[in-house]
Amino acid sequence: MNVKTDPARMADARPATEKGLVPVHSPIRRNEGMALDPALFEAMDVNLSAAERRAATLTTRRSVKKAWQAAWLVRAIECIDLTTLAGDDTPGRVERLCAKARHPLRDDLVEALGLSGHRLHTGAVCVYPAMVPTAVKALKGSGIPVASVATGFPAGLTPLPQRLAEIRYAVGEGAAEIDIVVTRAHVLTGNWPALYDEVRQMREACGEAHLKTILATGELKTLTNVYKASMVAMMAGADFIKTSTGMEAVNATLPVSLVMVRAIRAYLEATGYRIGFKPAGGIRAAKDALAWLILMKEELGRDWMEPDLFRLGASSLLGDIERQIEHFVTGRYSSADRHGMG
Amino acid sequence: MNQIQDILRTMEYGPAPEEDAHVRAWLKRHGGRFGHFIGGRFTRPDGKTFKVFNPSTGEEIGEVAEGTEKDVDKAVKAAASAFAKWSALSGNERARHLYALARSVQKHARFLAVLETIDNGKPIRETRDLDIPLVARHFYHHAGWAELRDEQFPGYVPAGVCGQIIPWNFPLLMLAWKVAPALAAGCTVVLKPAEHTPLSALAFAEICNEAGLPAGVFNIVNGGGETGAAMVAHPGFSKIAFTGSTEVGRIIRKQTAGTGKKLSLELGGKSPFIVFADADLDAAVEGVVDAIWFNQGEVCCAGSRALVQEGVAERFYGKLRERMEKLRVGDPLDKSTDIGAVVAPVQIRSITAKVEAGVREGASLFQPSWAKELSGRPGCFFPPSLFTNVSPASPLAQEEIFGPVLAAMTFRTPGEAVQLANNSRYGLAASIWSQNLDTAFDTARRVKAGVVWINSTNLFDGAVGFGGYKESGFGREGGREGMHEYLTPAWLKKAKPARVAPPLEAPLPAEEGLPGSAPRALDRTVKLYIDGKQARPDSGYSYPVFDHSGKAVTEAGFGNRKDIRNAVEAARKTEGWSGMTGHARAQVLYFLAENLELRGDEFAARLRQATGASPAQAKKEVAASVARVMYYAAWADKYDGAVRGPQPRMLSLALPEPFEVIGISCPDEAPLLSFLSLALPAIAMGNRVVATPSPRQPLAACDLYQVLDTSDVPGGVVNIVTGDRDQLASVMAKHDDIAAHWYFGSAEGSAMVERESAGNLKSTWVNNGKARDWHDPTEGQGEEFLFKANRIKSIWTPFGV
Repeated sequence: MNVKTDPARMADARPATEKGLVPVHSPIRRNEGMALDPALFEAMDVNLSAAERRAATLTTRRSVKKAWQAAWLVRAIECIDLTTLAGDDTPGRVERLCAKARHPLRDDLVEALGLSGHRLHTGAVCVYPAMVPTAVKALKGSGIPVASVATGFPAGLTPLPQRLAEIRYAVGEGAAEIDIVVTRAHVLTGNWPALYDEVRQMREACGEAHLKTILATGELKTLTNVYKASMVAMMAGADFIKTSTGMEAVNATLPVSLVMVRAIRAYLEATGYRIGFKPAGGIRAAKDALAWLILMKEELGRDWMEPDLFRLGASSLLGDIERQIEHFVTGRYSSADRHGMG
Repeated sequence: MNQIQDILRTMEYGPAPEEDAHVRAWLKRHGGRFGHFIGGRFTRPDGKTFKVFNPSTGEEIGEVAEGTEKDVDKAVKAAASAFAKWSALSGNERARHLYALARSVQKHARFLAVLETIDNGKPIRETRDLDIPLVARHFYHHAGWAELRDEQFPGYVPAGVCGQIIPWNFPLLMLAWKVAPALAAGCTVVLKPAEHTPLSALAFAEICNEAGLPAGVFNIVNGGGETGAAMVAHPGFSKIAFTGSTEVGRIIRKQTAGTGKKLSLELGGKSPFIVFADADLDAAVEGVVDAIWFNQGEVCCAGSRALVQEGVAERFYGKLRERMEKLRVGDPLDKSTDIGAVVAPVQIRSITAKVEAGVREGASLFQPSWAKELSGRPGCFFPPSLFTNVSPASPLAQEEIFGPVLAAMTFRTPGEAVQLANNSRYGLAASIWSQNLDTAFDTARRVKAGVVWINSTNLFDGAVGFGGYKESGFGREGGREGMHEYLTPAWLKKAKPARVAPPLEAPLPAEEGLPGSAPRALDRTVKLYIDGKQARPDSGYSYPVFDHSGKAVTEAGFGNRKDIRNAVEAARKTEGWSGMTGHARAQVLYFLAENLELRGDEFAARLRQATGASPAQAKKEVAASVARVMYYAAWADKYDGAVRGPQPRMLSLALPEPFEVIGISCPDEAPLLSFLSLALPAIAMGNRVVATPSPRQPLAACDLYQVLDTSDVPGGVVNIVTGDRDQLASVMAKHDDIAAHWYFGSAEGSAMVERESAGNLKSTWVNNGKARDWHDPTEGQGEEFLFKANRIKSIWTPFGV
C-alpha cells in the first residue's frame, strides 16, 4: 500500500487548543468543592454491560506502537505514585524506593531516548504516615512530592478525630499529598451527607496538601455506587479520586475507572474544576499503563495525561516499563535483573 | 526537539499499521486476476471483467471476471450435480465439513481480516474483532444444525440449489450468513458477491478447497446487477436469498413471482435508536458510536434515527458532539482508526447529496472540527455527521443514507417514542436505551422491528435470528428460524396440481331463472362478515351459489376492493386480540370448537349440498374441522419462541409475534376444513384475518358467522369477504396495511400475489397451484402453519449489576 501520508493522523490535525497542547502545564485551579447536591448524581444508573463493552474496546480501538509507545511509557513513569504500603516497611526500604523514584530508568536508556536533560522521575512516592519523615528527607531537592495514606488506611474505621489527626500529622511532617479512605458504610447505605461531611473535614485537615480520595471501589461493588461516591468526594473537595487501597479483593479495573472518569467529566461540566484520577492496585504490566493512558485521553483528554491530573498507584509496574523501554531501545527482550531495584 | 520529547509534548497515538504483506502476496499469486469459482475450480478471467479498488487509496487491487448468463448456468449445473450427493450425506458428515470451514476461517483469520479491510475500506479493528470471528461463529453454529437437521426438522428436506446475492458492506460475514445455513440444510449454493467487494469470497473459495468441501457444493459467479438478474432468472434455483437494497429486493420479488422459488430478503432500514431520559447517557453515546459510526454507517440495521427524550436531548447531543471530536477517520489498516473508507466514490457522492439536501432543508448539521480536512484527501472518507432538529417527515428521517450520518429528533412520552419509531416503511432493528426494565421491555414489544437491542446495539450471533419487518424484508438468518429458509416440507416436493375452479362470472342478473332457483323459501342472500357484523357487499352485486349438482342454492355477496378495505380496517383496529394472552385466545377457540360441534349436523348437510360428499365424508370433514380448531386452541398458549444466551449475562429472546393483519385466500378443496385450517393458526397466534372462502362453495364458511358470534370471537378478528378469489387476492396483495398474505388457488393467482406483494414487501405464502390434503395432519396442520403465522423478533437483553 502506497499511502504517503498517514490518514490515521489527520484526525489530530486540529487547532492546538483542542488537542490540549497549550494548557498542559497551566496550573490546575484547585477544587474548592461545592455544597452537596444529590440532584447531580442521584438519578444516575450506570449500565454495567455497556461500561464493560466500552472498557473492553478502548484498547482494541487504539494502539500505541514503537516510539510512541516508548514515549507513552516514559509518561507513565512520570505518573507513577511509587508505593510501599507494607507492615514490614523500614526507613531503609523507603529510602531505597525514594532513590528509585529519583532515578527510575537506567541512564543509557534515558540517553537512548534522547531525554538526558529531561529530569525524569516518578510522580510521587506513597508511604504510610510513619514513613513520611524518612521519605521527605530522602526526596529533598528532587521535586518529587511525598504522598501519605491516612485516615485509618485501609479500612478507615478508626474514629474520625484520630483519622483527622493522622492527616495533620502527615501534613506536618511534609507530605504534600494525602490519600484518604472513606467510610464504605456511608456509600453502601446511601448516606451521602455523612460521606460529604467526612471528606470535607479531611480536606480541611489537609490544608495545602492535596487530597486524594480512595473510594475502595472493590467494596462498593456496583458501578452506580462508584459514580455517586465519586461525585460526593469531588463535591467535598477532593483533588484526586482514586480507585482502590490495593488491599481489596478487586482493585483497579477499567470499567470502574471509566465510570470514575465520567464522573470527573460531569463534575467539570458542573463546576469547571479539573479533578485528577488515580487508579491503584493490581496495575503491574506496561500495557496496563497504556490502557489507562488511552482511557484518560479518550474520555477526558490530553490534560489528563500529565502527573498533575493522572497518577498510577503501583509498586511493580515500573519494572515492567523499564524492560519494555529497553526492548524498544535494543530490540532485545529484557530481564528484570538488568534494572535497579526500588 | 527529538521524537520522544515531541511525542511527550503531544501525546498522540502515532501510526499503528497492520501488516498487509501476506495479502499483497496472495493478490500477486493470482496475478491480480480472478475468475469465477465453479465446481471446485477457478475459471479463467477471459472475457468481460471489472476492476476492484481499495477505497482508502483508490489503488486498483484486482480484476475480476463478470458473470454472464452462461457462467451462471455453468455454476447452477455444478451446484445441481453436487446436490444429490451432498444432500444425501449424513448430518454428521455435513457437520464435519462445516466444522472444518469454521476452523479454516479461524486459521486464516488475520489474512481474511486484512483482505476484507483492503477490499472494503472498513477498519481493521472491525474485520479483526467482529467480522471474521462472527464468520467462524456462524459456521460453528451451523455445523450443529447440520448434525441435528433430521432430528430437529423431521419431515423436511433441503430446498435444493440456492442462489445467494450478498452486499458489499459485510462481504464475508454476509457470505457466512447465507452459505452456512444452506450447507447445513443440505443445499448447494451459487453465490454472487458484490462487485465492489468480491475478494474475500474468492479467498473463501480457496479455503473451501483447502478444507475439502466437495466440488460444486459452493460456487461463485462474480458480477454486478446484470449478473444478479441472470441469477434470479435462472430456473435451476429452488431458493433465492438476497441481502441489499429494498429497491432491488422489490425487483427480485417481482422477478421470482410464480416461479415456486423460496425467497428471503434482508433489505434496508432506518432503525430507531431510542434514548429515554432514564438511560445511562454515556453508555448510549457509545451505543451511537457502535450504531452509526460502525462500518462507516454502511449497516442495514444501523441505528440511523436517534429518538431522544426531550428533557435530556441537549445534554445528549452535547455528549455526542464531544465524542465525535475523538473519532478517528483514516487509513483502515491503522489499528487506531474508528471510521475507515466508504466503499466507493459513488457511495460518497450519494451520502454527500443526501447530507447537502438535509442542510438545505434546514436541519442543523454538526461535524467534528477536523472534518474539513477530509475533503481533498485521496480515498473515500466521510466524517461522522449529526443532524439535529430533524422532522419525522424529512428525507433524513425517512430514507436510508448508508453512511456515518445520524438524524436525531426528540419525543415527549414513551408512547410517542414508539409512534415515531414505527413511523417508517422499514422495520429492521431498534436500539432502546433505558435503565428501567418496564420502559425498555414495553418499547421492545411495541416497536415493529425484527431485531431489538436493549441497552446495546449491532450485536450479532449465529444462534440469534436476524431479519426484518415491513419493507426491511422477510425471512431470518441465524438460529432455528433461519434454518427454515433452506428447508421445505418433504411432501411438497411431490405435491400434485390442485383443481381450481374458473373465476366467477360477472354478477349480472340471469336471463332466465337459474336452474333450481324457484320456487324457494324465504329469499336468503348471504352477506359478508366484517367487524363481527353481516354487511352487504359494497358493490351491491351478488352472485349465485350452486350445489354440487349445479342447482342454484342462494346468492352470495360479490365482494370488491372496498369490502376488503373495510375488512382490513376492522381487522386493524381489533388490536386487543393480539394483546390477549394465549390462554385467553385458547378459551375462545375451545368455545368455537364446542359450538361448531353443536351444529355439526347442519355443517355436514351444508357440505353434502355443496360438494356432493357422502354423509360419512361430510361428517368426517366436520369432525376434522372441530379437531383442527381444538388443535390450534391447544397451540395458542404454547408456541412461545426460545431463549438464547449468545453472550455472558445476555438473554436473547426469539419471540414469535403476529403479523397483525393477514389476508387469506382459501382454496376450493374441503371448503370448511381448509378455511379453518388456515384461519385458525393465524388467529390462534394473535393475528386478525381477512379471509376469502372458496368462491364456488362459500356457504360452509358463511355459516360460521353465527358460530363466531356465539363463541365470543371478537368482531374484527375474522373477517370474511365472499367473491372472486383472484380479484380479491389482488386487492389484498396490494394493500399496504396487510403484513402477510396466504394464497391457496391457481398457479397464476400465486404468481400474481407474489408479484403484487412487492409493493409493501409483505410476507407471502402461496400454493403455486399445488394441492394439499387438508385431512392429512402432515399437510393440513402443524408447525409450518404456526411458523408462517408469526414473525420472529429477536430481543437482546443484557443484564448485570
